[in-house]
Amino acid sequence: MSDRIEILKTYKTYVGGKFPRSESGRTYPIRDVDDHIIANACRCTRKDVRDAVIPARTAFSGWSEKSAYNRGQILYRIAEMLEGRKDQFVNELQRGGMKTKTAEKEVELSIDRLIYFAGWTDKYPQVFGSINPVASQHFNFTSPEPTGVVAVISSDESPLLSIVSLIAPVIAGGNTCVVLASESYPLSAVSFGEVLHSSDVPGGVVNILTGYRKEMLDHLTKHMDVNAVLNCITDKEIRKLIDENASISVKRVHHYPVDDWSDDTHENPYLILEFQEQKTTWHPAGI
Amino acid sequence: MDRKTTENASNGEKKPTSPNADLKMEFSEFWQYSPAPESSDHIELKERYDLFIDGAFVPGKKGRMMKTINPATEEVLAEFTEATSEDVDSAVKAANRAYEKTWSKLSGKDRGKYIFRIARMIQEHAKDLAIIESMDGGKPIRESRDVDIPLAAAYFFYYAGWADKLDYAFPGRKAEPLGVCGQIIPWNFPLLMLSWKIAPALAAGNTVVLKPAETTPLTALKFAEICKDAGLPDGVVNIITGAGPTGAALVDHPDVSKIAFTGSTEVGKIIQKSLAGSDKKFTLELGGKGPNIVFEDASIDQAVEGIINAIFFNQGHVCCAGSRLLVQEGISEKLISKLKQRMETLIVGDPLDKNTDIGAINSRMQYNKIQEYLEVGVQEGATIHQSSCEMPEKGFFCKPTIFTGVGQSNRIVQEEIFGPVLTIQTFRTPEEAVEKANNTPYGLAGGIWTDKGSKIFKVSQQIRSGVVWANTYNKFDPTSPFGGYKESGIGREGGLHGLYPYVRLSANR
Repeated sequence: MSDRIEILKTYKTYVGGKFPRSESGRTYPIRDVDDHIIANACRCTRKDVRDAVIPARTAFSGWSEKSAYNRGQILYRIAEMLEGRKDQFVNELQRGGMKTKTAEKEVELSIDRLIYFAGWTDKYPQVFGSINPVASQHFNFTSPEPTGVVAVISSDESPLLSIVSLIAPVIAGGNTCVVLASESYPLSAVSFGEVLHSSDVPGGVVNILTGYRKEMLDHLTKHMDVNAVLNCITDKEIRKLIDENASISVKRVHHYPVDDWSDDTHENPYLILEFQEQKTTWHPAGI
Repeated sequence: MDRKTTENASNGEKKPTSPNADLKMEFSEFWQYSPAPESSDHIELKERYDLFIDGAFVPGKKGRMMKTINPATEEVLAEFTEATSEDVDSAVKAANRAYEKTWSKLSGKDRGKYIFRIARMIQEHAKDLAIIESMDGGKPIRESRDVDIPLAAAYFFYYAGWADKLDYAFPGRKAEPLGVCGQIIPWNFPLLMLSWKIAPALAAGNTVVLKPAETTPLTALKFAEICKDAGLPDGVVNIITGAGPTGAALVDHPDVSKIAFTGSTEVGKIIQKSLAGSDKKFTLELGGKGPNIVFEDASIDQAVEGIINAIFFNQGHVCCAGSRLLVQEGISEKLISKLKQRMETLIVGDPLDKNTDIGAINSRMQYNKIQEYLEVGVQEGATIHQSSCEMPEKGFFCKPTIFTGVGQSNRIVQEEIFGPVLTIQTFRTPEEAVEKANNTPYGLAGGIWTDKGSKIFKVSQQIRSGVVWANTYNKFDPTSPFGGYKESGIGREGGLHGLYPYVRLSANR
């Protein structure tokens, strides 16, 4: 073994398919269990939030109009990429203080969860759409369509599995998102951005910001170009703030308090449904 | 007048059309309409109405009364009670007791039987309810008789059948009721909106406190009598009357598990905000500014009828009204001219007259609001066209109105007027039509007129709204989900999807 000096990774954000630093120029230290600094994460603020919503909005039409089959393949591709980088993610989680077995399980579950939702893309419209037997001479059907740009506020537990479990149903349904990563340990989220980047996910579909929630959350949930919020923070004040901000433009809010991300109850299509709008189309039937 | 048998399409080619396509419709020269009023002599209205709480009509605790008038005559029809927060509290408590003690203990089958019974009794009282609806709200009897009341019965009939079939509604999940539902409905379709709210709530096993709008409380109070006659257990349905403060007390009540509101986006936002931080579920069915897109290849005469129905149905007091006409340039001149002719034939007048097309504006307040928008439109530089129809001397009536020469940023294009006022814009390409259609904060409904199926599917997918009517407009059915995208609301009413907001799903394993 040589005493090679290791190359440390600079953790940036993932926005619009690129890896920019925070516009604020500020960072905050991420420490391991022994209180050593592992990395300096970007401390994003209001301007970064605005810069992330723009590509999310721009990417929406392209992503939502992709075929369900294609979206499924791309989600599967994310899982493939993650599988290939399993060790990297296990190491990263270990450095954050996770035990090896737990870290391995976390990465494996993340991969499996992606595959679970990849399989739903071309099925949930069948399960949750309908043909409606109206009494008049019309053909009438209802099918789900994505809500739009979703703000995802992830929790601090299971820093990889949580954001995978949150992002997968949102993008499987054709939405785009701006994700606030775990505040205490955002590194896995940033690295997951690299996985997304190499997985045929169009730039802007997933945007990941790091930093202090209190500096971003208010702006993100107030933003007029955000259509919905998926929130894992249980703090009552934060929940109320999100709800109030949502009312400014009638955003849909789904509060999703989670104790155990490894539980398989997080694998269900009703999560996809939280960010779907049902569209009903009528047409006369006649000759 | 010339008869042309062909016309040129935008590409210059001859296009087949009806031999009468260019003939002006001059009905007034052929037919004189004699008055055909529906008699209201037999309608029994009390002079004053109490609140319907716990299966009985009870006076309000503070004894405050309000009046409801006939907007076509401005005469008082009846007095009704303004429920205070104390009254709201006793209604919610009654609903809660009924939920705990009776309704949640009943089998789905038995719940269904009660709801079926209500459906039948609405059918039995259909004529009276239609007349009262037209008297209280100003809508033409033809609409209350043929649309509002039959559909209200149909919604109860549809959801009655769901009560014992909930296990089949949500794959992999067990559906459980939420508890007490607070429901606030608007004045444009009083009994119909009541049915959209109460029928799914009861079917899913909830109990209800419902507040009708302060200008149209009568059919809801008649419905309370029906609940009584149907033997519905006490407290399962409670009807409280009043205005905004009564509604706010209901929204804020801690024992209410779910709020369902239909009304303006402005009030919807206030409600959403006041629910912040609570665990109450809610559905909002809010305003709209429906784009009605007519392509060059549409059947023009059919489209003209559709446009008329889209904007003038129920005086334009329709959240999903097609209030923004977007017409492709090549046919705009012709279509607008036909539209003006057709508008001339509309009869504005006595809501109880069976020939009436456009009845009374619901209230003085709404009348003033519409007048204000007419002024705004003119000030913004738009050209106003109104029918030269005769107008009644009394009551609140508004001439059917078209604005041309409007811009996308005009207030009359962006804001919901909720009256018989149509704005007309033109477009060249489908992309431009979609861009304009989506360029408001609303997303409730829209229309597409074209003969080309593939165009319907493409454009309907691109319009961000909960309902798309293709080659038709303003159609409703209990099996058909309804509700908005964007600022037009959250959640769906009607159909299987309309059950979802009234249940809590738990893992079924």
